[in-house]
Order: sequence, then structure tokens, then C-alpha cells
Amino acid sequence: MNTIYILWLRQLKRYFRSRSRILGSLGQPLLYLVAMGFGFGPIFQKAGAGNYIQFLVPGIIAMSILFTALFSGVEIIWDKQFGFLKETLVAPVPRFEIMIGRTLGGATVSTLQGVIVLVVSTFIGFKISSLSMLSVVLLFMFLIAVLFAALGTVIASLLDDMQEFQLIMNFLVMPLFFLSGALFPLSGLPTALSAVASIDLLSYGVDGLRGSLLGISHFGLHIDLLVLTITTLILFTIGSYLFSKIKI
Amino acid sequence: MENNIIEVKNLTKKFKDLTAVDNISFNVKKGEIFAFLGPNGAGKSTTIKILTTLLPPTNGEIEIDGANPVTQQDKVRHSFGIVFQDPSLDDELTAYENLEFHGVLYKVPNPIRKQRIEELLRFVELWDRRNNLVKVFSGGMKRRLEIARGLLHHPKIFFLDEPTLGLDPQTRNHIWNYISNLNKKENITVFFTTHYMEEADKVAQKVAIIDHGKIIAQGNPAELKAQTKTKTLEEAFLALTGEKIRDEDAGSQDFLRQGRRMWHR
Ligand SMILES: Nc1ncnc2c1ncn2[C@@H]1O[C@H](COP(=O)(O)OP(=O)(O)OP(=O)(O)O)[C@@H](O)[C@H]1O
Ligand SMILES: [Mg+2]
Repeated sequence: MNTIYILWLRQLKRYFRSRSRILGSLGQPLLYLVAMGFGFGPIFQKAGAGNYIQFLVPGIIAMSILFTALFSGVEIIWDKQFGFLKETLVAPVPRFEIMIGRTLGGATVSTLQGVIVLVVSTFIGFKISSLSMLSVVLLFMFLIAVLFAALGTVIASLLDDMQEFQLIMNFLVMPLFFLSGALFPLSGLPTALSAVASIDLLSYGVDGLRGSLLGISHFGLHIDLLVLTITTLILFTIGSYLFSKIKI
Repeated sequence: MENNIIEVKNLTKKFKDLTAVDNISFNVKKGEIFAFLGPNGAGKSTTIKILTTLLPPTNGEIEIDGANPVTQQDKVRHSFGIVFQDPSLDDELTAYENLEFHGVLYKVPNPIRKQRIEELLRFVELWDRRNNLVKVFSGGMKRRLEIARGLLHHPKIFFLDEPTLGLDPQTRNHIWNYISNLNKKENITVFFTTHYMEEADKVAQKVAIIDHGKIIAQGNPAELKAQTKTKTLEEAFLALTGEKIRDEDAGSQDFLRQGRRMWHR
């Protein structure tokens, strides 16, 4: 057993032990799916855009991964406040390894969350267009998860207490979600909104999922993959740097 | 000096314009029990954080078991165990898992790790509770678990920052028994802080008193009492540091401390 593994394992244990967290993080995607999916479905259909549930599911999967992953990164603030972070920081291990273990743990949990939402969606009528793409679907889920777990680490390294958490939710997470094309198609948008959507990293995640699950993609799967990989590496590097500078 | 395990020379730590630690020097001998005493905000925890690589010093030279905490962090980190002033356990893990986590981080290999965890959990009388989540533990149980954890990797130096904060007399007594035993049995060096002077009087072989970031007296408890012509270490402490209450920035444990201070007077 090594450092990365034990930190990864800790994230998993914490997740599975908190039943309220699992239920909470499943409840929200389901609410969106049912309320929006069935609510807007008829209009979407009339506009000739096809089945809204089909369109919405990849967006909601991306959303649930975004929330869980970002939260797992931001959890560092909790560890700071409840003191456990000190225990890891005085240990004779490179902080880089701590960061990798934590991030991979958070990403694993979030990917799992995405898979659960996908499975549940099939019960309300979602159809995967090609099963052979499932490994690509998983890859995209994992990339989104690592990306936002790393972003969470960056944020947590910069903030000191949980009060600022609400601020992050309102000014970062919600815009990331609403502007990403999770809920609406990116083609034919007003220029300004379209520009914003194309700098929203979640857009590429949603697009990648939609591309691999349904075979329709706005940017193209290669672009999605490229953008997500590069930004994940960048954020991961920034995150490890900031994490290595954390002082108690 | 060969047999000094901690050497601190002219250590200073500034936070912006506040000098928390002001040019202090002291040595701790191998196997010694050393009490670092001082009023609230004197700079005790800051000094410990510097010695244990958590904070960089502004100035001064430090050697921990022959290594420099600024440039040889890993070496220093291997050499000590620590109980922080504030809690530092993972509440969502069990007692056993907290120790396991520590053992893996400190690369204690497996058959030995299991054995050592059991030995220490029995030592602090938590073996029966090993599979309980830490969040259901009382303050005293958590403290004992932190002590077990700090010892898991056989450190040469054990730092304890107010290990008995907020504990009842029975538990405090218990904890000092463990620590004295350990010191005798394994010759582990103990560096601790406390606000209970009678604890320091009983267990410490050497005492340093710090006030406003400066060390104002050092010696064994008998010497300090003689120097101030007092009968107890508490009286000596008050004679040296004055009766005025400190109003330095409140730390996280401030409420506890306020309560305790009123109780004491
Ligand atoms: N990170 C920090 N930034 C700014 N000031 C700090 C910081 N940490 C400590 N201080 C200040 O340094 C001084 C010494 O604090 P320290 O925690 O070392 O005191 P202490 O002797 O441990 O006191 P206590 O008995 O209350 O624990 C205090 O005035 C405190 O406010
Ligand atoms: Mg302190």
C-alpha cells in the first residue's frame, strides 16, 4: 500500500459512509431529469429537435459529476478546518502524491456517480445509441471528474473557510452548469452566449458525453478530448503547486 | 552538541508586523522531557510548527535530530511524532483506519504495522473500540488515539501541544502516565506544552518559559522555583510572567480556554 492508494481509499470510504451525500447527490440530477426532461419534452419535440430526455441525460450526467468532483476538491477546506490536513502535511511524503491520491479518489467517486445517473436514466427511457462506445463514455466521465476535482483543489487552496463555499456555488458552479449546453443545444445560439459556452470547460465534457452516448456532437469528439485533457493537465499542475504551498 | 536532539539558535518568526517568536534559543537533550510553558499567545504553537516543518522560520538555526527542518523536511518528518493543539483525526474513519492511514503514510511495512497498531491501541485502551468511527469518541478518547497515532512510526521525538486540553483529571493523569512510561521504556524525547503547571512540575525534567515570543527563564522546575523564591511551578510561572491576562488573538480553542481560566481562578 502506498500514499496515493491510501488517500484514494479514504475518499471512497468517506463517500460510501455518507448515505445522505449519496442520496443528495442523486436526488438533484433525478429532479432535473424528470422535471425538465418531461416538462420541456413536448416543446423540444414540436421544435423538431427530437427527444429531450435523450438530449438532456448527458448534460445531467455531466452536472452530477461536476458537483461531486468539485465538492471532493473543495473538501480540503473541511480538512483544514477540522484539522486532519495537518496530519497529512507533516507526514514524510511528497505533497504531490497526496494531491494525486485525493484527486483520483474524488474523481473515482464522481465517475461512479455519473455511471449511477446513466443507469437510472435508462429506466426512464434513455437509450444509448451504441454500446461499443461505452469505454469512451467512461473516459469522458473520468476526464470531467479529474478536471473539476483539480479545480476544487485549486479553489480550496486559495480559500480559508466554508463560508466562501456558497459564493463558489453561486458564481462558479451554477454558471458552469447553466452555460455549458447541458440543457440546450449549442448550435444557433446568440453569438455572445455561444462564445461564453465555448470557454466553459463543462461544455466540452457535455459535448463529449453526448457524442459518445448519442453520436451527435457540436465541437467534435477529438476537440472535446483535446480540450479536456489539456485543461485537466494544466489545472492539475496549478492545483498541485498551490496544494504544496498550503500553510496551516 | 552530540547529545542534544533539538537545537534552536536565535529563532525568530514574524507574521507581517507581529513578532510571534522573538530570537529564542534552547536545547533539548536526547531522552529528556521538556516543557515549553507560556501564557496564551506567547508563541508556543508557532515554535512547534516551525520545529515540525509546518512553518518556515523568519530567522535562526534549527536542528532536529541533526537535520534542518527547512532544507531536510523529509528527514525531520521521519524523526518526530506530534499531537497538535487542535484535533486532527478523520472523524469519518474508524480508530483503526486512522492509525492505518498514518502507518501507510510513514511507510511502516505491513506485518509490523498491524502488530504496532494493535499494541498501541491496547496501550491507550482503545483496542475494543477500534472499529468505531472517531466521530462517536469522547474528547479524551480522541486525544488518546492521537497519542497512539503519533507514536506509530517509532519517532525519536514526541511533540505534544497541550495534549491534556479540556480533559478530566483522570484522563490527564492517565495520559501523563503513558508518556512517562514511554520516555523511560523507549528513551523517547518529549517536548510538550501545557497550561497546567502541576503537570509540568511533575513530569518535566527541564522547563522553558516563553512570554511575548521571548524565553524569559529556563531550567529544571526546582531551579525556577528557587530563582523566584516560590513553592510551586504555578507560582514561579506567575512571578515570571505577571498576573495580567493576555488578549492576543483568539485561537480556535479560545472558548475552552476562557472557560477553563475562569474555573481556575
Ligand atoms: N498564521 C498566523 N498569522 C498571523 N499571526 C499568527 C499566526 N499564527 C499565530 N499567530 C500569532 O502569533 C502569536 C503566537 O501564537 P501561538 O499560537 O504560537 O501562541 P501559543 O503560545 O501557542 O498560545 P496558546 O497557549 O493560546 O495556544 C499570537 O499572537 C497569534 O495571534
Ligand atoms: Mg498554542
